[in-house]
Amino acid sequence: MPAAQAPAPQPHPLQPPPQSWDDHRIEVILGNLLRAGVLISAAVVLWGACIYLFRHAHEPADYRVFRGEPSEFRTIPGVIQSVIDGRGRGLIQLGLLLLIATPIARVAFSIAGFALERDRMYVAFTLIVLAILLYSLLGSGIGV
Amino acid sequence: MTILAFTAVVAIVSFVAGLLGSLTGLGGGVVLVPLLTIFFHVDIRYAIGASLVSVIATSSGAAASYVKEGFSNIRIGMFLEIATTFGALLGAFLATRIPTSALAIIFGVVLLYSAFLSRKPRTQAQRSLPPDPLATRLRMNGSFPDMEGPRSYNVQHVPTGFSLMFGAGALSGLLGIGSGAVKVLAMDQAMRIPFKVSTTTSNFMIGVTAAASAGVYLSRGYVDPGLAMPVMLGVLVGSLLGSRILVKAETKSLRLVFSVVILVLGLQMLYKGFWGKI
Repeated sequence: MPAAQAPAPQPHPLQPPPQSWDDHRIEVILGNLLRAGVLISAAVVLWGACIYLFRHAHEPADYRVFRGEPSEFRTIPGVIQSVIDGRGRGLIQLGLLLLIATPIARVAFSIAGFALERDRMYVAFTLIVLAILLYSLLGSGIGV
Repeated sequence: MTILAFTAVVAIVSFVAGLLGSLTGLGGGVVLVPLLTIFFHVDIRYAIGASLVSVIATSSGAAASYVKEGFSNIRIGMFLEIATTFGALLGAFLATRIPTSALAIIFGVVLLYSAFLSRKPRTQAQRSLPPDPLATRLRMNGSFPDMEGPRSYNVQHVPTGFSLMFGAGALSGLLGIGSGAVKVLAMDQAMRIPFKVSTTTSNFMIGVTAAASAGVYLSRGYVDPGLAMPVMLGVLVGSLLGSRILVKAETKSLRLVFSVVILVLGLQMLYKGFWGKI
């Protein structure tokens, strides 16, 4: 096991175990990817916001009664269609879909990171998390 | 209120939610759901959809700096995330079968209990416990940058933490919040993980858990673009700022912020659940 120092009784070993540097380097790469994903999704939302506000800024805002979103804002094909139709709210939903994808991408890239460290146990754990994530997303009906 | 004014006010509120959410590991939802329902009279289902978006924005926005500074522990996060995502699936399944006033009451009770637990600081004896064999085998023990340099820690009570995470996941599926409160408490109180590592690791986990239930809420029409837009943009800016503050902040002040936020909001949600007209 790489973490040979961990079971030692000293409460404050100043040197972190050798594996942690690799962990850290992979995490920095992941952190940057995440930040890029978030900024791209924010840019798409902002673009959609400009169109939406330009067209609807002076209408009253009312969210007291739940009506549920129309189908074009509830599924991935619907969102793509409304983006093609040039709708601001379609662009906002597209940005939100990209945002939802960032943590999923982080989990997926973590598998590669753990594989590089030859940490099979954590490759398995991360695969389980990714499988549940994909199951719940695909089973939710947003892909239809 | 016009859409323009509504967007501006919600964006400002969301900025504060993102700031507090990234500082406490709770995500923006814990602040946003009550504020949107109580002050903006937003139906709780729209509020839940917006808060789900805010949780992912807080998590991903703050992640980069927590990771670079070496606070969040991805092994702890990933292992516990197995329990949380399973729990979230169960919670999302139950969400449409439980009335919304009951949801608000559950939410309130969870918050009050969390506020009570989180005030207790860690004693010196609790900080230097010997390593737990299971945590060692799972390679969870690590170190993080403290004021006086890197400080190592040993994770305790892994099975208890794992079970609590299942409950946290179920709550987040039910309420649409990352239920970071239960996650932070499970890591901080049960697993004896340092507070900053607990909150930043929770910050990683809430994003993944929220993404697991995002599809369900999106396909049910809970995510309104007009409401989610100012929420996402405001929360993102707030969480970027919050993540810079946490790195330098004292743990004592972070604990105080954490318990005050959830105490106040717990009381508000109980009031709304019992006497409000959700």
